[in-house]
Amino acid sequence: MAVAFDEMNGPGGDLRPAYQELSRWLSETPPDALEYRRQEAELLFRRIGITFAVYGDSEAQERLIPFDVIPRIISAKEWTLLENGLKQRVRALNMFLRDIYHGRDILRANLIPDDLIFQNPVFRPEMNCQDVPHDVYVHIAGIDIVRVDSENFFVLEDNARTPSGVSYMLENREIMMRLFPDLFARHRVAPVEKYPDELLSALRSVAPLHTSSEPTVALMTPGVYNSAYYEHSFLADKLGVELVEGRDLIVKNDEVFMRTTEGLKRVDVIYRRVDDDFLDPLTFRPDSALGVPGLMSAYMAGNVTLANAVGTGIADDKAVYSYMPEIVKFYLGEEPILKNVPTWRCREPADLAYVLDHLGELVVKEVHGSGGYGMLIGPAATKATIAAFRDKLKREPEGFIAQPTLALSTCPTCTAKGLAPRHVDLRPFVLTGSRQVTVVPGGLTRVALQEGSLVVNSSQGGGTKDTWILDE
Amino acid sequence: MLSRTAENLYWLARYVERAEYLARTIEATLRVTALPNTYIGQTNEWDSALLTAGVSASFYSHYDEANEKNVVEYLAFSTANPSSIRNCIENARLNSRSVRTALTSEMWDTINSAWIDLQEVWGKGTKSREELAKFLRFVLETSLRFDGSAYRTMLRNDAYWFSRLGLHLERADNTARILDVKYHVLLPEEEHVGGPLDYYQWTSILRSVSALTAYHWVYRETLKPWLIADLLILNDSLPRSMSSCYGNLVRNLDQIGVAYGRQGAAQRHARGVRNRLEHSQMDDIFQRGLHEFIQEFIADNARLGEIISKQYLI
Repeated sequence: MAVAFDEMNGPGGDLRPAYQELSRWLSETPPDALEYRRQEAELLFRRIGITFAVYGDSEAQERLIPFDVIPRIISAKEWTLLENGLKQRVRALNMFLRDIYHGRDILRANLIPDDLIFQNPVFRPEMNCQDVPHDVYVHIAGIDIVRVDSENFFVLEDNARTPSGVSYMLENREIMMRLFPDLFARHRVAPVEKYPDELLSALRSVAPLHTSSEPTVALMTPGVYNSAYYEHSFLADKLGVELVEGRDLIVKNDEVFMRTTEGLKRVDVIYRRVDDDFLDPLTFRPDSALGVPGLMSAYMAGNVTLANAVGTGIADDKAVYSYMPEIVKFYLGEEPILKNVPTWRCREPADLAYVLDHLGELVVKEVHGSGGYGMLIGPAATKATIAAFRDKLKREPEGFIAQPTLALSTCPTCTAKGLAPRHVDLRPFVLTGSRQVTVVPGGLTRVALQEGSLVVNSSQGGGTKDTWILDE
Repeated sequence: MLSRTAENLYWLARYVERAEYLARTIEATLRVTALPNTYIGQTNEWDSALLTAGVSASFYSHYDEANEKNVVEYLAFSTANPSSIRNCIENARLNSRSVRTALTSEMWDTINSAWIDLQEVWGKGTKSREELAKFLRFVLETSLRFDGSAYRTMLRNDAYWFSRLGLHLERADNTARILDVKYHVLLPEEEHVGGPLDYYQWTSILRSVSALTAYHWVYRETLKPWLIADLLILNDSLPRSMSSCYGNLVRNLDQIGVAYGRQGAAQRHARGVRNRLEHSQMDDIFQRGLHEFIQEFIADNARLGEIISKQYLI
């Protein structure tokens, strides 16, 4: 694996311009002052209760995601490229979903194999020929981006279902501004605080077309035991909307209402952080206690908007992901601005053969996996793990894709032995309303805290950093 | 407001109030059991603490003997006792998490910090009387901070009123229970009246509801059982009296009724209980039987809880 590109000290150890002030500040700040503020930051997180739950870990049901106080800095020029690329990609995703659930031009053009769509468990036949307001399917996307050198950004994943992490983008900034006012004063950092406002306008703009007055928006959570519950309550608070659980909602005559102390109140838009499978026990999993019986029929009747729409999982399937460059070109007639990571589709025999031969150097992922679960990182895996994966691959090749092990860029990070480079990725949040696609300048930077590790997922011991987009 | 939010706020306040009451009960019992036997007689004060907390039966399914160690453990730290102080704080935190958007940051901070301390400082219980005293102080301070931050920072809307309903309903229940358990002390057999035993029992009742100093200010008299009962049942100026709790319950329910533009069974029932308290005299209550009077009140109070649930919370 090549030496990773460091975002502060570029190739050859030349300090990159965006990091100049930070580097100077770091050299003026004694290490113990940094350590003191690091502890203070941790205390703040704990007091505010910014926690997440790790499934299958009964000892620490609520954990803090480690926060690294060294910001990750992106220049205005780099951001412009990212922003344009993200908007382009999300436009294409929405057009793709509209097409898949309507005319299916892209299948007729033979760009994507039919069975990849129709045999896919996240394809929702219920959505066939179903119109959604303003043709928006993915209202909120969290696109994972990595970089490998000063020029190239790659999209690693399109999270088009219920991406989380935006609360960290907002809270990390609050805490950094509180703890490092002097460092902020030396930079022009683009603000992220408009995100809730933009999210609310996006959600309101996609209310059912016949909604008469101001639409009522609610945020639907699986409940306090969900790993992202803190984020759900945080966002509901910032949006000024009710945080509802399935049991708070009831469907009557294909209309959705919430139970309030003053009786039933109509709901027009639901920002749902509940997966498709659990939305409505009458349509999807009958054993789900998190959902609302009848919600799908109200949705099909066009009386409520769900954000994101049902069935968007087909767009963030990792095998479909491998066709994104073709998808962008097909719908927009443009060259994709952001690159895709080269991907071997194990469903194709030639690709599978190559992957089986090179398991030791590749990253293998489940097509429906997320959160870093069920992933093989060849170079870091033991022989036994690789052998076990080989068996899984042979048994169910269509369940996996493989990618080269990328040398993710690194950023200086606090460690027990002082500052050291650690691998990072970036998740910006892209909002789509009836009229426009917007990206708040920032995102969630995740950092792999273990030396050499490439796994940034919070469920696997990753941490976060504040992400600064410089406003030149 | 979501019914579930109202319900969580209501129970949150109840849990915090109950934790405080349990802490006061333990504190008062510790004081009275520290006295030589000649002053308190043969009664088992720890048994009576269990009774006032309403957990006597469940206690004996876990322990054989009601002594200081066992009762303190059960009332304060046990995970087996659904209404131990530990579980009250756990539940208060869980409820707070469910309704974070309806709480002010000061209220959340109070509950969340208490919950963190509960695990980090008090995770293993207490080893000495000194530690126990610190723990009880911590519980009282948590309750005072919670109450104070609610009072000082919450918008005066239905969220505030529902939280107050929980507080006053729980408080009324606690005061009634302690009177009920100790009513035999207030109505002693002829031969014991005025003995030193009664004096310390009485002060212990007043301490559990933080009303010892108040008693002296209100009556400027030595401790007399009927005055103690008068203070705890009928005196409007004592925040923990049954009458004061009902004054508040009626007011909060009215505020909700006005805001929502309609009254219901809860408002009517609360007014009924308050009127009965207003038109009662201590002499009559004693004559008809203190125990019966309080039993009826406890049932009425529980009934109000059910009606509020039905009308607003589900």
